[in-house]
Amino acid sequence: MTELLKIKNLHIEGFTDGKWIKIVHGIDLTLERGEILGLIGESGAGKSTIGLAAMGYTRLGCRISSGSIVFDGMELFESDEKTKKNIRGTRIAYVAQSAAASFNPAHRLIKQYSETPVQHGLMKFAEAEKNAVDIYSRLLLPDPEKIGYRYPHQVSGGQLQRAMVAMAMACRPDIIVFDEPTTALDVTTQIEVLAAIKNITRQFNTAAIYITHDLAVVAQLADRIMVLRYGNLVEENDARKILANPKKEYTRKLLSVRTLNEDKDLSASEKDVILKVEDVSASYTGTEMVLKNIDLKIRRGRTVALVGESGSGKSTLARVVTGLLPPLKGQVFYEGKQLPPALRSRDRESLRAMQMIYQMPDTALNPRQKVRKIIGRPLAFYFGMKGKERENRVLELLDMIELSSNYIERYPGELSGGEKQRICIARALAAKPNLIICDEVTSALDQLVAEEILKLMQELQNELGVSYLFITHDLATVKAISDEIVVMLKGRIVEQGIKKDVLAPPHHEYTELLLSSVPEMDPDWLDGVLEMRKRKGIKMEEFVQS
Amino acid sequence: MAFFKLLRKSPLTARVGLAMILLNAAAAILAPVIAPYSETEVVGDVWMPMSSEHLLGTDHIGRDLFTRLLYGARNTIAIAFVITMFSFAIGISCGFFAATLGGWIDLILSRLVDILMAIPVLIFALVVLAIVGNSIPKLVVVIALLDSTRVYRLSRAVAMDIEVMEYVEAARLRGEGTWWLMRHEILPNAMPPLVAEFGLRFCFVFLFIAALSFLGLGIQPPTADWGGMVRENSGAITFGIFTPLWPAAAIAFLTVGVNFIVDWFLHVASGLKD
Repeated sequence: MTELLKIKNLHIEGFTDGKWIKIVHGIDLTLERGEILGLIGESGAGKSTIGLAAMGYTRLGCRISSGSIVFDGMELFESDEKTKKNIRGTRIAYVAQSAAASFNPAHRLIKQYSETPVQHGLMKFAEAEKNAVDIYSRLLLPDPEKIGYRYPHQVSGGQLQRAMVAMAMACRPDIIVFDEPTTALDVTTQIEVLAAIKNITRQFNTAAIYITHDLAVVAQLADRIMVLRYGNLVEENDARKILANPKKEYTRKLLSVRTLNEDKDLSASEKDVILKVEDVSASYTGTEMVLKNIDLKIRRGRTVALVGESGSGKSTLARVVTGLLPPLKGQVFYEGKQLPPALRSRDRESLRAMQMIYQMPDTALNPRQKVRKIIGRPLAFYFGMKGKERENRVLELLDMIELSSNYIERYPGELSGGEKQRICIARALAAKPNLIICDEVTSALDQLVAEEILKLMQELQNELGVSYLFITHDLATVKAISDEIVVMLKGRIVEQGIKKDVLAPPHHEYTELLLSSVPEMDPDWLDGVLEMRKRKGIKMEEFVQS
Repeated sequence: MAFFKLLRKSPLTARVGLAMILLNAAAAILAPVIAPYSETEVVGDVWMPMSSEHLLGTDHIGRDLFTRLLYGARNTIAIAFVITMFSFAIGISCGFFAATLGGWIDLILSRLVDILMAIPVLIFALVVLAIVGNSIPKLVVVIALLDSTRVYRLSRAVAMDIEVMEYVEAARLRGEGTWWLMRHEILPNAMPPLVAEFGLRFCFVFLFIAALSFLGLGIQPPTADWGGMVRENSGAITFGIFTPLWPAAAIAFLTVGVNFIVDWFLHVASGLKD
């Protein structure tokens, strides 16, 4: 076979703090026609930078310092802008992570589809329109004749992502660069997009570079996988070989399935219930119910995982429990005592007992406060600690979250994502809570960092006996750390119970769908699941789009 | 120390601006030492030309213009500074209260400010000063109140953006009071736009006093102030004498200096490195 793209000894530099720093150190990459190459690694591995470099493009503040990028016999590095412009969009296309941010909200989908082919003079508008319908139907979009006339906000996230793949396909490019196209999607939506991408790249024999941090996702699509770290190649091999037999330690770590949970005594006792939610219904507008008749119990020292897709009401439930959103109906009990519905009328003791950790550690920490103040404030506020005593306690807490004492002088801006999340945990622990509500605490973190955070939380639970209400859409996390599982759909609880009961069949059909949508490392998983669903006649849309 | 580090990396305009402000401050503080004559003393003829005895000549009743300029710096800058401080104290606290408490407090404060802003400031100030009479404390209060409406709008808008951040929610969940939220969570994060606004407002107030003095309602003679000095000597223009241009130039000089500093601060605060 012929080599379509050949990158040799690629070096890329980024401009930070007044100097050029190397971010990609001599990567070689080849891509053949019709081949899908998976680039995998954590953030900062340089995968997006390399993906863009394949189009001869670098982000602002970056430059290609040396190497060669040969696309179909043309040298792209140091060729003039005009040549590159002619190739981009027509022969090499790019699909970004967030379709919602990449579409112009003011134009219909089909107009944005036609833009590239019309501008490059490949098709007339009417022709492009006809063409779009064909591509839309190949991508399994519902109602392909009409969907193009909708605006971006009128279709769901998964559909929008597929519309973006369609746009990339408009000129029948030789290569498409997919930059984490499913990272922002729910598992059940992700599977649709994966199926669509697999389908269309096969039909047109398009080569693709698929960038992701999730090995299980790339396993479904890629023929070959390159594992990257800090701008270096760790390992490269056929997809099946790398999954079956990883050579390097780092790859093995990425591959290892999370198993953190040890068996606990899960016998239910009413005495241990610390939080009880009884028949709660809540709404933001007063008319449309976001939560409908929720009943929930959390026991001492247990982890309850609250699972569901975005919009299922998980975070709203957390807001009701903390008092940020007073419910329209129902009560919340803490240790048998009814809590006032509104935050303002709760006493300091019940506020102390329940703490919260957020999804985005960047916005959950005040950027103008040092770690000393962030962790020290709850100590002063709840326990009246001062001076030396408080300082010592802050150091103790830092030690608990495995950060050294010199972190006390730092601002959040001087910490990495994982360190920030640790500080958030320390701030919650400072109040000596009995219950910590964790709202998607690992979803903004890299896989390995997330795992360390989960491990830390598990250890703290064993040590301190604190309970967690763990809100997440990531079923791998749920499997790893929960004791009990609560599955939510459209504001209702559809299934709840002890983990092994919920995970073992028979399932509620929505739980079944959710569980079967989590990608597995097996390269044949996607085909298998789709085949099975076709047989059973399960339609995802029934659940996902109401 | 951090300031000096920042200064070393600062652009030329920022250094020039700082020098201009320092020069003005030195003139204001050291006025009694530098000035060759006293503030109100008549020392020569009307509108005498520049000479070694009278560096910038004399004014319309024969006082030394250089001396008046030095004392004028004192009065004008000090008063403008006090007014700006007051208007910021009022504007920021009301704006933050409105943003954190919301509801009817926000509604009442905001409508009140809308009403005040609907009336042209200069006319409103003229009317009020004509009613309450004219003294420096009254001048300070009236202008500070009028000016605080602008500060209120900005600080409310800035605080609204910060108020929805999760770290503020975390503090609320902890049970912190409104005052703590304003002082420790919102204010530090609102500083960059507010400080930039401070620089601009200072210039506006400065020019506003000059305008009022020019109209005869600002700082009263024989106290020297730059705006008043332009007015008193404006007749000289018809004779082709430069005298009124000196205080006018002084106003322009300080305004430009302050703006250089403000630009620099905005630049630093916005995180743009070069």
